[in-house]
Amino acid sequence: MSTVATAHADEHHGAPKGITRWLFSTNHKDIGTMYLWFAFTMFLIGGAMAMVIRAELFAPGLQVVDPQFFNMMTTMHGLIMVFGAIMPAFVGLANWMIPMMIGAPDMALPRMNNWSFWILPVAGTMLVSTMFMEGGGPAFGWTFYAPLSTTFAPASTDFFIFSIHLLGFSSIMGAINVIVTILNMRAPGMNLMKMPMFVWTWLITAFLLIAVMPVLAGAVTMMLTDRHFGTSFFDAAGGGDPVMFQHIFWFFGHPEVYIMILPAFGIISHIIPTFSRKPLFGYSSMVYATASIAFLSFIVWAHHMFTVGMPVAGELYFMYATIMIAVPTGVKVFNWVATMWKGSLSFEIPMLWALAFVILFTIGGFSGLMLGVAPVDTQYHDTYFVVAHFHYVLVTGALFSIIAGVYFWLPKWTGHMYNLKLATFHFWWSVIWVNVLFFPQHFIGLAGMPRRIPDYATQFADWNMISSIGGFAFGLGQLLFLYIVVSTIRGGEKASTEVWDGSDGLEWTVPSPAPFHTFATAPEVR
Amino acid sequence: MAINRLASALRTLGVLTGSLAANSAFAGWGELNMTRGVTPISQQQYDLHMIVFWICVAIGIVVFGAIIYSVINHRRSQGAEAAQFHENTTVEVLWTVVPIVILVAVAIPATSTLLSLEDTSDADMTVQITGYQWKWKYDYLGEDLSFFSNLSQESRDGIKADPYAVENYLLDVDKPLVLPVKKKVRFVMTSADVIHAWWVPELGVKQDTIPGFINDSWAYIEEPGVYRGQCAELCGKDHGFMPIVVIAKTEPEYNQWVADQKAAAAAAAASADREWSKQELMAKGEEVYNSACASCHQANGQGIPGVFPGMVGSSYTTGPVEDHIDIVVNGKPGTAMQAFGEQLTAAEVAAVVTYERNAWGIDTGDVIQPTAIAANK
Repeated sequence: MSTVATAHADEHHGAPKGITRWLFSTNHKDIGTMYLWFAFTMFLIGGAMAMVIRAELFAPGLQVVDPQFFNMMTTMHGLIMVFGAIMPAFVGLANWMIPMMIGAPDMALPRMNNWSFWILPVAGTMLVSTMFMEGGGPAFGWTFYAPLSTTFAPASTDFFIFSIHLLGFSSIMGAINVIVTILNMRAPGMNLMKMPMFVWTWLITAFLLIAVMPVLAGAVTMMLTDRHFGTSFFDAAGGGDPVMFQHIFWFFGHPEVYIMILPAFGIISHIIPTFSRKPLFGYSSMVYATASIAFLSFIVWAHHMFTVGMPVAGELYFMYATIMIAVPTGVKVFNWVATMWKGSLSFEIPMLWALAFVILFTIGGFSGLMLGVAPVDTQYHDTYFVVAHFHYVLVTGALFSIIAGVYFWLPKWTGHMYNLKLATFHFWWSVIWVNVLFFPQHFIGLAGMPRRIPDYATQFADWNMISSIGGFAFGLGQLLFLYIVVSTIRGGEKASTEVWDGSDGLEWTVPSPAPFHTFATAPEVR
Repeated sequence: MAINRLASALRTLGVLTGSLAANSAFAGWGELNMTRGVTPISQQQYDLHMIVFWICVAIGIVVFGAIIYSVINHRRSQGAEAAQFHENTTVEVLWTVVPIVILVAVAIPATSTLLSLEDTSDADMTVQITGYQWKWKYDYLGEDLSFFSNLSQESRDGIKADPYAVENYLLDVDKPLVLPVKKKVRFVMTSADVIHAWWVPELGVKQDTIPGFINDSWAYIEEPGVYRGQCAELCGKDHGFMPIVVIAKTEPEYNQWVADQKAAAAAAAASADREWSKQELMAKGEEVYNSACASCHQANGQGIPGVFPGMVGSSYTTGPVEDHIDIVVNGKPGTAMQAFGEQLTAAEVAAVVTYERNAWGIDTGDVIQPTAIAANK
C-alpha cells in the first residue's frame, strides 16, 4: 500500500515555481531547455560577430573595424559557435530526448546534470568578458596556435584558458551522464542494437568527449605554464616545439569535429524514416559506420597540419587514413538515400531541413575529401576553400540538424504546432541564403584568398560582396526562428501524442506536451 | 542545325565571359578555380585537384539524382506506398567497396605528387626565407645578399583610401624576391617570432615558417613573370598585410640583378659615414617609422593600450639615448619587439631614433648620427 501512495504523490509533483525551478533543477527536461536557450543566446552573440566579419569583408579596404579587432572577432566567433552554441545545443537535445527515447524517468546523475549546465553560463561570460579587458580578447584564431597564443598574446588569454577549462569540465560531466544513463537506464527489452540512432550516436559522441576534452585541458594548461611559470613546452628557445601544440590541439580538435556531427547523424536518422514512412535502411551498418568514424577520428588529426613540415611518411599516412573516412561517411549518406527510396515521402518542416542537410553536408564532405589529398592541400590549406568546407559541415550540417531536431520535437516539448507558413519561409530563406553565403567562398579560396584576413586584393571583391549579402540575409532569418519558437511556446494548434503520422519510438508515446516527469514506470520494449 | 546553333551560342558566351574577364571592374567574377601555375608541382596539383573534383561531381550526380528521383516519384501526395525493406547486403557491400576502389585510384597519383613535392634534393640554389611580424626576409645563401620585403607604401596608403586606385592592392611589396627561371630553387624557411606560412599559388609552394625550426620546399619556375602570394598562417594583427612577390627572370637578367643589389648595398653602407642634418634625419625617420614601426606603435605614436606600448610617455623615447638605440637594434626578447639592427641600415636606425625622440611633441632635441649607430651595431 505504501508504494502505491508514494507513486500517487509523485504524479502530482509538478514543476517547482520561480527561479529555484531553474537554479536547482535536476529535471532533464528543464536542464535540456536551459542548455538550448544558452546555446541559442551564444548563437546570436557568435552570429553578431559573424556579421561584423562579413561587414568588414564586404569591400576591400578597412571600413568597419581595425585588424586586431577583426582577429578577435574571427577568434571569438569560432570559440563561441563551437563551445557555446553547437556543443551545448546537442547536449540540450540529449537531455530532453535520451531519457524519453530509452524510457528512463530522468538522466542517471541529475545533480551532476545541474552542475554541468550551470558551469556553462559562468564560463561563457568569462570568455565573452575578455573582449572588454585591456589589450582585447583572444585574437589568435579559435585554434590558438602557439607562440601567437603564448608569448605574443594579450593578458586576457589567462581568462580564456580558465574558461576553456570550465567548458571542458562541463562537457566531461555531461558526457559521463549520457553514458551512465544509456548504459543503465534503458527500458526492459531495449538491448543495444534496438536503441534509437540518436541514442547510439550520442553514446559514441560521449566517449569521444571523455577521451579528448582532457587533452584540450592539457594543451591550455601547458600554455598557462609557458606564459607564467617558465616552462617551454611550445618554445623552441627552451627546448620545446610550437608544432607539438598543433599535434596536441588537433588530437583534440579532430574528434571534436565529429563530436559536432555524430549527434546530427542521429537526428537525421530519425527524421528521414519518419517522413518516408519506412524503417531506417541499414540500421546496423549505421551503428558500425558511426563507430568507425569515431575510431578514425583519433588517427587522422595531422591532416590539419600538412604544411607544418612533417616527414613525408607521416604525410602519406595521414592522407590515406583521412580519405578512408569517406567510406563510412558515404555509407551513412547512401543509407539515408536508400531509406527514402520507395518510401512514401512527405515534406513537413523537419524533413525539408533533413533533406537540405543530406545534400549540403555531402557537398561539405566532397570538399573534405579534396582537402584530404595532401599534395593539393598545399594549395587549399588556410584559404577560404577551407572556410567554405567547414561551414558546409558545421552550418548546413550540425546547425541544420539542430534546427531540424527543434522543428521535429518542438510540438512534443510545448504541446503546440508551430506556424507552418512562417516555418516554411524560414526554411527556404535559410537554405537559399546560406548557399549564397558559403558557396562563393569555395571560389575565392581556390582563387587564392587566405582565411583570417580583414582586407583583401581587389580581384576577390565581387564574390566577397555576394558572400556578405548572403551572410546578412541568413543571419537576419535566424531572428525569425527565435520568433517562431517563442510563439510556439506561448500557444498554437494543439499537437497530438504522436505529432507526426509516421512517428516511431517511445518519445512519441508520452502526451504532448511531455509531462514534467515521464516514464516513472519503465515501459516494455519488444 | 541545332548543334550549329548551340555551338554559336557557346562561342558568343565565350566571347562574353572573355570580355567580362578582360574588363577589370568585373575581373573578380571569373576567379573561380585554382591557378594552374608555372611549376611542374603546381601543375600536378591542379590536375589532381580537377580529377578529385570531377570524381566528386560524378558521385554527386548519382547521389543527388537518386534523392531527386525519390522526391519526385516516391511522394505520398502521388499515392506512393512505402516499401518496408531495410537492408540489402549486396548493395551495402557494393557501396562500401566501390568507394574504396575510387580512393585507391586517387591515392596513387596523389602519392607520386606528394613524393616529388617533398623532394628538395639536388637544388641549384638555396634561398632562406624568414617570417617576421609582418614582413619577409630573404637570404640568398652563399651570395652575401639579403633583404627585407615589406608591403608597398602605395598599398598601405590604399587601405583607408581607395583600394581600387592601387595597382596590385595588398599584393605588392617594396623589394620582391627575384629568382632565375629553369633552376631548381630550394627554400629553407624559419621564423623570427610566430608561425607564418609562405604561399605563392603559382609556384605551388605553401610552407609554414616556424620559430626555432627549419622547413624546406622547392620550386622550378618555367616562365619569367611576376608571381604574387600572401602569408597563409594567422600571425597577428597585420597577417593580411604581408604579401609575397616573386619575380622570375632569365639567368643573365637574374645575374645582372644580383650585381646591382650588391652595388646598392655598398652605397648604402657608405652613406653611414657622412654627417646627416636633423631635417634629413627627421624626414628619413618618419619614412622608416611608418614602414617598420607604425603597424604596432601606430602612426600617432600612441601604440595600442595593453598590446603595443606607445612612444609618447615611454621611458625609452625620453630616457638615455643608449637604451633607446639598444631596444631598436636588439629588440626585447620574449615580446613582439624585434631586433631591427639586422633589418635597418645604420642610417635608418639613426633616423628613426632621432624621429621618435622629436615627434608627437616629445621634442628631446637629440640628433643621432649614423656613425654612432655603426659603432654600436
